[in-house]
Amino acid sequence: MDAHHNIVRVSNVAKTFTMGKVEVQALQGVSLEVKAGEYLSIMGPSGSGKSTLFNMIGGLDKPTSGKVYIDEVDIAQLDAYELAWLRCRKIGYIFQTFNIIPVMTALENVTLPMVFAGMNNDAAVDKGLELLELVGLGDRFQHKPSELSGGQQQRVAVARALANDPAIILADEPTGNLDLSTGEEIIKLLKTLSRETRVTVISATHDFKMLNVSDRVVWVRDGTIDKIEERDELSISVGQIGAREAAATGGRPE
Amino acid sequence: MTEKYPFEQESDAGKGSVKRLVVLPFRKSVEISFKSIKARFFRSMITTLSLVLAVSFLSFVYISNDAANGLLAADDPDLRRTLVQAGYDLAPGADRVDSSPKQRWIAILSLLVCAVGIVNAQLMAVTERFREIGTMKCLGALDRFILRLFMLEAGMQGLAGAAMGALVGGLFALLNAWFMFGAVAWAHLPWAVVTLSLIKGIFVGCLLSLIGVLYPAVLAARMQPVEAMRAEH
Repeated sequence: MDAHHNIVRVSNVAKTFTMGKVEVQALQGVSLEVKAGEYLSIMGPSGSGKSTLFNMIGGLDKPTSGKVYIDEVDIAQLDAYELAWLRCRKIGYIFQTFNIIPVMTALENVTLPMVFAGMNNDAAVDKGLELLELVGLGDRFQHKPSELSGGQQQRVAVARALANDPAIILADEPTGNLDLSTGEEIIKLLKTLSRETRVTVISATHDFKMLNVSDRVVWVRDGTIDKIEERDELSISVGQIGAREAAATGGRPE
Repeated sequence: MTEKYPFEQESDAGKGSVKRLVVLPFRKSVEISFKSIKARFFRSMITTLSLVLAVSFLSFVYISNDAANGLLAADDPDLRRTLVQAGYDLAPGADRVDSSPKQRWIAILSLLVCAVGIVNAQLMAVTERFREIGTMKCLGALDRFILRLFMLEAGMQGLAGAAMGALVGGLFALLNAWFMFGAVAWAHLPWAVVTLSLIKGIFVGCLLSLIGVLYPAVLAARMQPVEAMRAEH
């Protein structure tokens, strides 16, 4: 397997939102390449365009100009069926708010993408149980989301994201609604999965716990990429992270 | 390579056979819709209640007339006199009772009010379920899956509500006939016609429920999955 091809390529993407009569440039010409199997974090304060960039990568939003390629396919060229197929088979989504479908049990949530993918029911149930086991919820497959804690719901979401063996897992603030230790568990889980299954993980976050596990960190600010840091450049000592956080959230670095 | 990246053959003849295949089997849709109704039972019941009332009124009118027609068909001058006394507008030679324009207007009005009520309730249900719909779309659901789920739900609600309404209305009509004319009304009851009236009532109710959900369901189906990503719901 070619481990170093680009699974995601963002080329000169700009996005302009029209809010009333004012035009807001959320992204101004961003280019980015993500290698297969990479664990990438997109960091940035809220309003930096981080979420917009993230939605572009996930095929959830269309750029005003520029191109987004997933597996070297320009997603702007895809029709509704192909986009649905892409979302179903190629990308697994994890949300800040978990988004477990409330009327279904944990198992049904996990099997739903497999049903969409045309897998037969028994195979889907088997695989669903296996995935729930993998995220540590093997005994809770019959539970409804309302009977699960936030961390457990997010685990179900991780299992669901893995349902169709996607090439990419997109996690939007996966730890945003979780407490410190639960968030850490989810991060650890994602890291383990990325290492074991070689799935590409892209997460938008401002959780500094993510830095520890990321192969690369993309810092977004004011709609452009501020800098991209490789893992070995990342200094993970607590004091520095604190300084970085101050720089990221308040004003310019200097 | 070909196995792994199937949609690189973008313009090939084989395009679309594998990579466009996203399915939701009909049985599974029914299952999901049914569970969805069950999980929100109270809510669904309230939505359906206006339908029950409207259809029961319709069926009451239908079946009251059926009962009167049954008595008329007996060709008994005494019964005819009782009918006129009970307020039925019978011309001297007339051999059947039809619903009066007033009755028809009230029935149509009640059905209209009910339809508006259903649209309102379903719009609220769609708003409430924005995140759920968006999530399904992120998991690969097509617009028409969402449409189908909502239509199925409305169809089931319509069938249950209309059946209940028709039965309740019919029962009241029969009791009413019994109070007005005594047991003789039941003896002359044309059961086949009554059954037909019940079916007509159920059909109208289902139709109403489906019409009511159409606009909200289209709205839901067209929703962009990016809505689900927005955390502020």
